[in-house]
Amino acid sequence: MFYRENGQFKTTYAADSQIFPIAQDRWVILAIIALAAIAVPMVASTYMFKAILIPFLILSLAAIGVNILVGYCGQISLGSGAFMAVGAYAAYNLFIRVDGIPLVLALLGGGFFATLTGIVFGIPSLRVRGLYLAVATLAAQFFWDWAFLRIKWFTNYAPSGSVQVADLSMMGWAIKDPADKYLFCLAFLVVFGLLAKNLVRGAIGREWMAIRDMDVAAAVIGIRPMYAKLSAFAVSSFIVGVAGALWGFVHLGGWEPAAFSVDRSFQLLFMVIIGGMGSIMGSIFGAAFITLLPIFLNQALPVLGSAVGVEITTAFVSHAEFMIFGALIVWFLIVEPHGLARLWSVAKQKLRIWPFPH
Amino acid sequence: MTQKKIGDVILDVKNISLSFGGVKALSDISFNVKEHEIRAIIGPNGAGKSSMLNCINGVYKPQEGSITFRGTTFKHMNSHEVAVMGVARTFQNLALFKGMSVLDNIMSGRNLKIKSNLFMQALRIGPAQREEFEHRAFVERIIDFLEIQPYRKTPVGQLPYGLQKRVDLARALAMEPQVLLLDEPMAGMNVEEKQDMCRFVLDVNDEFGTTIVLIEHDMGVVMDISDRVVVLDYGKKIGDGTPDEVRNNEEVISAYLGTSH
Amino acid sequence: MGFFLETLFGGLMTGMLYSLVALGFVLIFKASGVFNFAQGAMVLFAALAMARFAEWLPQWLGFNNKIVANLLAFVLAGILMFAVAWLVERLVLRHLVNQDGAVLLMATLGITYFLDGAGQTVFGSDIYKIDVGMPKEPLFIWENVFQGGVLVSKEDLYAAVIAALLVIALTLFFQKTTTGRALRAVADDHQAAQSIGIPLNRIWIIVWCVAGVVALVAGMIWGSKLGVQFSLTTVALRALPVVILGGLTSVPGAIIGGLIIGVGEKLSEIYIGPLVGGGIEIWFAYVLALVFLLFRPQGLFGEKIIDRV
Repeated sequence: MFYRENGQFKTTYAADSQIFPIAQDRWVILAIIALAAIAVPMVASTYMFKAILIPFLILSLAAIGVNILVGYCGQISLGSGAFMAVGAYAAYNLFIRVDGIPLVLALLGGGFFATLTGIVFGIPSLRVRGLYLAVATLAAQFFWDWAFLRIKWFTNYAPSGSVQVADLSMMGWAIKDPADKYLFCLAFLVVFGLLAKNLVRGAIGREWMAIRDMDVAAAVIGIRPMYAKLSAFAVSSFIVGVAGALWGFVHLGGWEPAAFSVDRSFQLLFMVIIGGMGSIMGSIFGAAFITLLPIFLNQALPVLGSAVGVEITTAFVSHAEFMIFGALIVWFLIVEPHGLARLWSVAKQKLRIWPFPH
Repeated sequence: MTQKKIGDVILDVKNISLSFGGVKALSDISFNVKEHEIRAIIGPNGAGKSSMLNCINGVYKPQEGSITFRGTTFKHMNSHEVAVMGVARTFQNLALFKGMSVLDNIMSGRNLKIKSNLFMQALRIGPAQREEFEHRAFVERIIDFLEIQPYRKTPVGQLPYGLQKRVDLARALAMEPQVLLLDEPMAGMNVEEKQDMCRFVLDVNDEFGTTIVLIEHDMGVVMDISDRVVVLDYGKKIGDGTPDEVRNNEEVISAYLGTSH
Repeated sequence: MGFFLETLFGGLMTGMLYSLVALGFVLIFKASGVFNFAQGAMVLFAALAMARFAEWLPQWLGFNNKIVANLLAFVLAGILMFAVAWLVERLVLRHLVNQDGAVLLMATLGITYFLDGAGQTVFGSDIYKIDVGMPKEPLFIWENVFQGGVLVSKEDLYAAVIAALLVIALTLFFQKTTTGRALRAVADDHQAAQSIGIPLNRIWIIVWCVAGVVALVAGMIWGSKLGVQFSLTTVALRALPVVILGGLTSVPGAIIGGLIIGVGEKLSEIYIGPLVGGGIEIWFAYVLALVFLLFRPQGLFGEKIIDRV
């Protein structure tokens, strides 16, 4: 009833290929962005910013990057943590070694170096796929784990091995309060989200999906597998690298290599699977889910436990997290490989014909 | 009806031999294809017809022989280069991109014509935007031509087989090929669908002048629409000529009907 | 020279441990085409089960004999592993039969996380000891050849012997028994095997059993040496390069791959490590696997991977 497209006829290709063809969708998305930018900073607590919102935004960005590689181009990657690390450390080195470099440029520079790494470690994808490619990406992960630990130049010879950044500002705007950091990250997510969406609905997106679906046929219609795969690695690593730089600079303030370990790679992969492979919105859903679940469990489980007279320890909550993640991964892969995004679009379909059942 | 003008040899296959391990799929095959003609390849199952197309297309690399396309000779073809040179094909078992809609599948056929780079596509302004819509317009003409308008946004996996075959053809046509390799385009179709497909194939040949190389089992179709026929059996060529010549060829008859001992 | 030999032996022993874990992976892959990442978690699950059962059984049943406790624990853990393996096959793998390798990998990753959480919930998160009576004292050999002798751990020797016996038993099983033959048939071609009447499900259950036993033995040895604690990243991730090197479908490959990586890690750490800052063990195995992937993806002994059009 409310979600009908009556009267919304598309008379130009431009109108037909919009990101949100249904007008109601457009309004809702604009409203959400406006709310996020204006209302949230007014009401959210510091805890909410630091523990939920900022990690959610940055991990959404990283998940978009991973989704481009894994979901759109079908190249499995267990090394995203390493690319985040490269982005973070490269941005750090640019920040402290290049005098007066603007913050945004340092962050993008981090992404650039992550891109180079991504292309190099993406070369195995030209020869192998599936499990074998996963092993190649793990090689990248462990190699960079070691490099940032042992090659002292990267950490500017810090005795403790960890690095810090402080005094972030952009064109005179000091990014100090949680609200400032939140808005900074939100801006990145919106901009990159839009660019990513443009890529995946354009020609290169179709190339990536063609490679994912049937790479032999893709070659036969004139798509160069090498260019498609390496460009997927490049774009994906760039976004993941920038996310990594944001993670280190804005969220953590100071970090060591363990912040970007293989567990982080798995976490990003899970976001993509649960959120929906091959969907930009899905990446955001997945990030939200994985960021919120632990917090939800932390509050809900003890309550549930006392309701049935069982004591729930904090240790159990984290075990429960693992079990629920694991079970959900398996469930989504079997039942709905397109994840929450598909569930969402099915819900929208039902909404379009509501109140009729079909 | 004006007589079709058949041109010179555009594709020349010489002494192609292809083996997989111990199995010889093709033995010393030679034939040519003239521009603007419809050339059929026929033969019993397992004769090596699809393998032959795969060689022309670069999917398989023959151990011996050469392929000459428009005067340039190759020991073996590279899929991507062949596509850029203007050879497109459909597949016996459909090689559609199941995760994409009909429109996206056909648009992917235009990719080799796209010039704008990554950055411009990301920003989607000016040239990238214009290019996208130009290609969309071209693809829409193909969609009209093959009468699949209602299914534009449907994921291809959900379409019935006959329509999927049309999408396969549409994607090949989107490449604006000079030579179109069709691998059993009528397989699994009923009489009506076959008539439609025949009509499309003839129209493509007529309107765009595309050279067609066609693998087909339905003899009626082959005899009706092809200009020349190549007959394969057990990887060897046993007939080459006009449909009438081939129809009366002793070896061909015994290959299909068996000889009495 | 004595030091070199010590390092070599140490590497071989560690390698043996990798081989055992890799063996589990290869067995499952050979029979079902699934690379079961969860095998690593299963090894730890088994080891944990064994460690805890050995502790609890005396308390539950009221006796005090350590050997009996260990034996009973072994059996109980074995049954538990079989149940876990069967459940995994039933609930997960059966539904993902025709998916490609990457999806299966991610599913077994999910199983790993699940087992991690479940294992810690049921058995606890501390480090537990498995005491199966393995001797802990070192042994000095060849004292007359090298000054001071070459240091070898008795425990490692015992472990190597046990592992070797296991491999010989498995080889005999595969080559000489009818079931073994049936298993190899299934590994080669599921449909062909089915068409000659081999009961696929039963075979798979047997394979999972065998893999479970292998996991248990590996877990026992590992646990006895290092103590048992759930560390998600440790086991499966260490075995993966071994499997790539040796070839996913090759039992001898798993053994040899494990030994090569065990020795390679130790030697490279001692001789190359100091040049680049040390600690290269964490990536040596993987980079070696990467090199293989680029030039010989099927590993040393695996079957060539053919891409069908």
